[in-house]
Amino acid sequence: MPAPPESQETESPVITPTRVVIGLCLFVPFIAMLWVGSYARVEPTFIGLPFFYWYQMLWVPLSAVLTMTAYKLVKREDAKRRAQREGDAR
Amino acid sequence: MSGVNGTALAVFIFFFVLVTAMGFLAARWRKAENSNSLDEWGLGGRSFGTWVTWFLLGGDLYTAYTFVAVPAAIYAAGAAGFFAVPYTILVYPLIFTFLPRLWSVSHRHGYVTTSDFVRGRFGSKGLSLAVAVTGILATMPYIALQLVGIQAVLDVMGVGGSESTHWFLKDLPLLIAFAVLAAYTYSSGLRAPALIAFVKDTLIYIVIVVAIIYIPVKLGGFDDIFAKAGEALSQNNPATGKPKGELFSGPNNQWAYATLAFGSALALFMYPHSITATLSSGSRNVIRRNTTILPLYSLMLGLLALLGFMAIAAGIKVENGQLAIPQLFENMFPDWFAGVAFAAIGIGALVPAAIMSIAAANLFTRNIYKDFIRPDATPAQETKVSKIVSLLVKVGALVFVLGMDKTVAINFQLLGGIWILQTFPSLVGGLFTRWFHRWALLAGWAVGMLYGTITAYNVSSPVQKHFGGSNDIIPGIGQMGYIGLTAFVLNAVVAVVLTFVLRALKAPDGIDETRPSDYTADAGDPGVKEELPAPTAAP
Repeated sequence: MPAPPESQETESPVITPTRVVIGLCLFVPFIAMLWVGSYARVEPTFIGLPFFYWYQMLWVPLSAVLTMTAYKLVKREDAKRRAQREGDAR
Repeated sequence: MSGVNGTALAVFIFFFVLVTAMGFLAARWRKAENSNSLDEWGLGGRSFGTWVTWFLLGGDLYTAYTFVAVPAAIYAAGAAGFFAVPYTILVYPLIFTFLPRLWSVSHRHGYVTTSDFVRGRFGSKGLSLAVAVTGILATMPYIALQLVGIQAVLDVMGVGGSESTHWFLKDLPLLIAFAVLAAYTYSSGLRAPALIAFVKDTLIYIVIVVAIIYIPVKLGGFDDIFAKAGEALSQNNPATGKPKGELFSGPNNQWAYATLAFGSALALFMYPHSITATLSSGSRNVIRRNTTILPLYSLMLGLLALLGFMAIAAGIKVENGQLAIPQLFENMFPDWFAGVAFAAIGIGALVPAAIMSIAAANLFTRNIYKDFIRPDATPAQETKVSKIVSLLVKVGALVFVLGMDKTVAINFQLLGGIWILQTFPSLVGGLFTRWFHRWALLAGWAVGMLYGTITAYNVSSPVQKHFGGSNDIIPGIGQMGYIGLTAFVLNAVVAVVLTFVLRALKAPDGIDETRPSDYTADAGDPGVKEELPAPTAAP
């Protein structure tokens, strides 16, 4: 590929345990929401709402918490990488 | 509908005048020294923080049409319409993954549109043109539908719409709303919708919270609502001889439900207006932080969707499903609060319409005017062209709404969603890898567009011969699924296969002007433009 070589070849590995966790946090909502069969029913109802509706709405805060976790982890990892890079440059 | 609802109309006009004043004053808000660059007019100076971005994106993505159409879909068919909730849940992990990269590379290279990026990444004006044209085509009907949203509200209030017979009087209120919108977008650019979005979202949140408590209490609780709705939905539709809908997605509809949610989620951030709102944010982290607070809108959308069931339970009978929710408000709320609710929907249409027209104008200016017509255009000229095009786009949308049947706008909106999804491989593929060959991406795009358009055209429903819905049998799986997603898979397969072929043939590759580090750069890094310097002096 014609892209010019990067100066910082001493990158830390692309796949780290933190990144795997970040990936999972972002991926889980897809399984939960796209597996429609897992929630396509009326019972149990909640304040009169069929399961189908309250379950999907429950996933709104759940996925928000997961994204929030991913965000915190990404920020920590970014800071670490930056610090490392600056250390290397010195 | 009997006559004009005076109180509601007065409240509506009050809010409308308020936001109009705000729209014009917005030009002075956070004003930069030079307002003649496209960055200033079209991206608000690229300086918006977390909360402004939140309101802007919320105002942008959850449009009046959404507010009217999602409950309308539930009103018509039950569970199937609820796909909007998983759809908006899935949007945020996606944004989290790829938009920060787009933000970084755009700030390093001063890209204003997705086509700018595609051209820079793949060195292909053809591919960039394809992305730009798709974006403009997909946005136009979307703007038209915003006007349909305003029309629905005006209709229920008894002004304009079906009540009057004279064509000019009938459309006058819509024309006024439109002229006002056009004027302040022209003068204030992206700052106008950003500021108005505060009012819009506040009103909408108030209306939803009140509606979701007040209406169920009046109707005897959710138990009663769902019992009545379930009964109404299980009755046969005279046109098809099948039940009208269901309370949860049955085994035959689950593929359709999931593919529609997934495909729409992939498509949403391909729309030029969502990218415009994203690029206007001040840093990478503003975007990521936003993905954690934007779901609040999804929650609101879910509650709003439930209004569709309330409309069924309340015995609302309208011929045009789009009027179901405005009519529910009119029947349930005291007049003055109905006015507030209508204002929320009306203003809810203005914000996205403004952002969409700005986004479409940016695409035209950067990727058609500058790339093909006047390569030496100065930033001041670019801004001028963009402003004029934003007007033209809106006039086009208006002609669409007034001149054609509403179903035409809805059909095109359906097609727009399918089309815009076909730019995904070029954009998101390009953000993560340079492996794809530009010609392969172009071929994939063409295949996806063709398949999607033809298939959608051939879908018939009891009421429509063509464009009867967004689902068709998925080849090879045999279940009903979202056409856009099938087209997208075809598109991706073609792009991958042809890339192998073209690489084997050593077809000339375009020049990539980006570097890997561009994709992770953040505000404050060397070479990241906080605001692009504009070469001309302020007037």
